[in-house]
Amino acid sequence: MYTFNFRRASNLDEAQQIHQSSSDAVYVAGGMTLIPSLKLRLANPDDVVDLSQIDGLGSISSADGVVSIGAMARHCEVAATSDIPALAALANRIGDAQVRNRGTIGGSLANNDPAADYPAAVLGLGAIVHTNARAIAGDDFFVDLFETALDEGEIITRVDFPIPRRAAYAKFANQASKYAVVGVMVAETDAGIRVGVTGAAACAFRLTSFEEALSTNMSASALDGVEVDSSDFNSDLHASAAYRGSLVTVMAKQAVDQLTT
Amino acid sequence: MKVDLTVNGSEHAVDVADNALLSDVLRETLGLTGTHVGCDTSQCGACTVHLNGRSVKACTVLAGQADGGDVTTIEGIANGDDLHPMQVAFRANHALQCGFCTPGMIMSAIDLVQSADGPLSAEDVRDGLEGNFCRCTGYHNIVKAVLDAQANM
Repeated sequence: MYTFNFRRASNLDEAQQIHQSSSDAVYVAGGMTLIPSLKLRLANPDDVVDLSQIDGLGSISSADGVVSIGAMARHCEVAATSDIPALAALANRIGDAQVRNRGTIGGSLANNDPAADYPAAVLGLGAIVHTNARAIAGDDFFVDLFETALDEGEIITRVDFPIPRRAAYAKFANQASKYAVVGVMVAETDAGIRVGVTGAAACAFRLTSFEEALSTNMSASALDGVEVDSSDFNSDLHASAAYRGSLVTVMAKQAVDQLTT
Repeated sequence: MKVDLTVNGSEHAVDVADNALLSDVLRETLGLTGTHVGCDTSQCGACTVHLNGRSVKACTVLAGQADGGDVTTIEGIANGDDLHPMQVAFRANHALQCGFCTPGMIMSAIDLVQSADGPLSAEDVRDGLEGNFCRCTGYHNIVKAVLDAQANM
């Protein structure tokens, strides 16, 4: 690991001030991606700004049909919530127990790993990502590989998930890392059917062709014959683009079959 | 950098490098070498300790992140000469071969049992210990030991 200054922030303003005054700073939430990256010398920041001492960033509450999850809420805490079972089940299948005890929803979303699970939930459930500056619609949040709509130094504070009528998440997990080779969240919401896909491409996306087919007929068979364009999909030692394309359909069908309230 | 830690019930104020890991502090600053560093890449779980009651990989926590925290290591779970029920069960079930993964396995297994809603099945234990590798591949007896221990915890 290269050397860096470990900086503690006691509130959001202080965190952002430290970030702005540094030539190269990075926030650490749970650190489940950042710390391995630092150890592999894939990251070399001057300052690592710890967000864990900021009060109130990890709270989870539910009111008026919306589950509000603080950015520093650990995966294990999201897994223990009951208002959106599909979201809890998704959180419970991230990594392993030790990762779920440290990793946070805000850190995962800000990192925007193409194989992370939460992005499928943000898109599939139509969540709103709140930051210290503004509210960003989930549909606008994921921009590209490890790239989000967050400005430099902007900090996620919470994510608001509207409670769906029914939802389910199905994932084909890499057997070693448990990252999603492909994961699909299917949800029946007050605003219609939503399908969020992660793992397949540079970042998570909504699959509107599936949403339209399922709006007409909410059954797995409705997806038969609906083509998935895999030309831009990821291809690596775990799966080819074509294989991921096939998995998108298979996982979406599994999710439809598992829809729960 | 000053870091305050409570480790196995004792308070410590340590002065460590900004990029020190919790595993470095435990092993090198405090001499608690029961916490093993196996892969040092967040995969094997041999370095698992409890931070504020939950299992974490000590090689993947910066010391500064643990500031003010309560840490329990493998050295802190027995009560004097009385082994923790999980340690007793590991011995009774021959749940270790070379023993390198054992401290991490035991710390993970204790958190698994303590945070379970009800009795764990063998499948629950295998899922729950996903983050711990035994390269002797002695998983069968480890699962037996955890199932055995949960009755006594």
